Amino acid sequence: MSGPEIALCMKGISKHFGPVHALSDVSFTVRRGTVHALVGENGAGKSTLMKILAGVYQPDTGSIEIDGKPRTLSRPAEALAAGISMIYQELDLAEHLTVAENVFLGMEPPGRLLFTMDQNRMIAQTAELSQRLNFKIEPTAVVEELATGDCQIVEILKALMRNASIIVMDEPTSSLSESEAAMLFKLVKALRAQGISVVYISHRLEEIVGLADDVSVLRDGRMVHSGPMAKLDIPGIVHHMVGRELTDFFPTRSVDIGDARVKVSDLSSENGIKDISFEIREGEIVGMAGLVGAGRTQVARALFGVDKKTSGAIALDGRRLAINSPTDAIANHIAFLTEDRKRTGLCLELPCSWNVTLPNLVAIGMKNVIRPGREGKIVTNIAERISIKWLGPQAPVDSLSGGNQQKVLIARWLLAESRFMIFDEPTRGIDVGAKKEVYGLLNELADEGKAILFISSELPELFGIADRILVMRRGRLVGDVNPKHTTQEDVMHLAAVEAAL
Amino acid sequence: MSKFVRQLLPFGSLMLIICILSALRPDTFLTADNFLNVLRRSSVNGIIAVGMTAVIISAGIDLSVGSMMALSGMVGAWVMIVIGGTNPEGAALVVGTIVGIVTGLACGCLNGVLITKLKLPPFIVTLGTMSSFRGISYVMNAGKPYNIPHYKYLNEGVVLGLPISVLIFAAIIVLAGLVLKYTRLGRYTYAIGSNREAAFHAGVNVDSYLTRIYALTGLVVGIAAMITTSRAVSAQPTAGVTLELDIIAAVVIGGASLSGGRGTIIGTLIGTLLISFLRNGCTLLDISTNVQLIVIGAIIIAAVAVDQLARSKAAAGGQTE
Repeated sequence: MSGPEIALCMKGISKHFGPVHALSDVSFTVRRGTVHALVGENGAGKSTLMKILAGVYQPDTGSIEIDGKPRTLSRPAEALAAGISMIYQELDLAEHLTVAENVFLGMEPPGRLLFTMDQNRMIAQTAELSQRLNFKIEPTAVVEELATGDCQIVEILKALMRNASIIVMDEPTSSLSESEAAMLFKLVKALRAQGISVVYISHRLEEIVGLADDVSVLRDGRMVHSGPMAKLDIPGIVHHMVGRELTDFFPTRSVDIGDARVKVSDLSSENGIKDISFEIREGEIVGMAGLVGAGRTQVARALFGVDKKTSGAIALDGRRLAINSPTDAIANHIAFLTEDRKRTGLCLELPCSWNVTLPNLVAIGMKNVIRPGREGKIVTNIAERISIKWLGPQAPVDSLSGGNQQKVLIARWLLAESRFMIFDEPTRGIDVGAKKEVYGLLNELADEGKAILFISSELPELFGIADRILVMRRGRLVGDVNPKHTTQEDVMHLAAVEAAL
Repeated sequence: MSKFVRQLLPFGSLMLIICILSALRPDTFLTADNFLNVLRRSSVNGIIAVGMTAVIISAGIDLSVGSMMALSGMVGAWVMIVIGGTNPEGAALVVGTIVGIVTGLACGCLNGVLITKLKLPPFIVTLGTMSSFRGISYVMNAGKPYNIPHYKYLNEGVVLGLPISVLIFAAIIVLAGLVLKYTRLGRYTYAIGSNREAAFHAGVNVDSYLTRIYALTGLVVGIAAMITTSRAVSAQPTAGVTLELDIIAAVVIGGASLSGGRGTIIGTLIGTLLISFLRNGCTLLDISTNVQLIVIGAIIIAAVAVDQLARSKAAAGGQTE
């Protein structure tokens, strides 16, 4: 088992798409049996570099050595054969098959009859492999019934069954709860102990610090830093990522909070939330914390008319609202930035401007006739205000980076001039620089007197910007705390205490 | 390949076909009469294809258009006979025409309501109504057509030197193009087709707009039905059998995506003309209708394949992250 110390060495990799240099002379070395964090802002070139490693893209120049042997990876199958496995953010499993069938997908051991497969052997080997690594998973469970965290396990088993020696994980925790994430870190450490190298891509710098042995930072297609994790702290990484110090990551909140603007009482919905009551005042940012499945998004959905309410009332500026659909909610000046911008937010192949004006055509005086010229001007104005980087309002949204896509949605709700704005995980999957801009925007909107409900799974950002934090657990509101007088541990405890019982 | 070039492809193919046929048969093909003839023959398919374009942009499909056309024609002709006797004339024809068109509208509404209220896939609903509408058309007169010998105006009428049917076709094309580009209905059609959930979360009343899209398709089918009836001076219960396939083909050749969010009226116009000219050319070249089927099938596949290729190239070259 004493292979060469270096598992992967990519040297002098360059790649351009048309006039855009996605990567310029990038070198990337991963030691055997280590966790190597790869970080960088959106658009820095992480995905391109990993797609080259996966055989999806061909580099213009540069060489790749795996276990000391030079390799050409011209197809994904060749990368797989060379021991490289990718686990993407959006997991890639056959939902209706069992765990074992997924693990062996495409390499099923033949059964005794022609065109059959040896189910027992697949189940036995899957069980054996998961035991060896201390993973708890039932080989015969059907994947669609598994939690997201367990699906990650299946992906990892799948990679190991293909003799992967290098596993690339792209934002593996972005859809996991805190406890599932903790579980994943254990898995990653177990892989490392088996001599497997893990390339770990994440925007969550806190988790990298505890997990990675080495860290490499990409910025604008260049490798700006590569070295042991122990020598860097979070501000150090951020400094490399953005090329400048990010001072005042969270804006200073002015405490000019007015009267109650939003009043929610005894809200229950068919989607599992019960008796939720709270108030948000003018200019106040109210955070909402809770574990995945605690019902935070369901509160937003009930408020916005997506889910049917079974009881309860919503009042805005003293007026009770009848909201039975998003159409009603928007007409009553409520905005809802959903957590999944690809599924419930954007029409990806349509122009940016269409996406911005979609709920606002009536509000901007285009109820009967759309005037594309004027529409373009309105959208361009708002895009300049929040500095969206695009090729123009006519560019399709899917040509933008994740952070800029999120800004298109923010622009949409800015244009709506809503009075009550619900942001559900607005910083998910966007880079540090864009996050800071989002916080700044939230602050600005609050300054304008809007009432803001800010749902997030990241406690540091809730503590950084919220004036109050509501805590949800199992569909109920279990806490209403002031972040200045409480700790993140306390909030975690409120959110999770029942789960621990 | 740029987006512009891609959109030019169907148009280029159309021009190519016209050029080739002009070279091969300059005396019979390249005449005003023949062109007018092709346009006249395109008008029925073209009118229905306009509705189908909106349906396909909304990520739906309407398989019932052929049966709906037969039913609308039958109902319209039946009303003419009920009012005007066995040889209806004048007002009876006008009333029958209106009732026929309204029948199409009603059929389209039914499709829309079934799709949105029962939350069924459009494919299933319109597969069902395709069969039912056809069945009703047969039952109405025990499988026999209604003859209305004086119902000639929609086919033979000429205004400003152009056949009425071609003018109606042109008017519907222009109107639909404007609606798709400059109204909320059009904008929401694209949004629903691109991402129905996102449209819903952006306050678009998805059910209401989808119903309107299917209803309007029914309306244009009703219009096409009366033109067809006029052309045959009778309403045939067998009218429009497998018509839906030709219509879908024209829309797809014109660049619309069956997964929704993409398609244009101008593309559909080109797709419709392309098929019509191809049919016309084959006839002039003495190629049998059986062989025409083979050619048209190949063209559908080639058109979509070329489009896919261009799109995947654009995707690979255009994105960096």
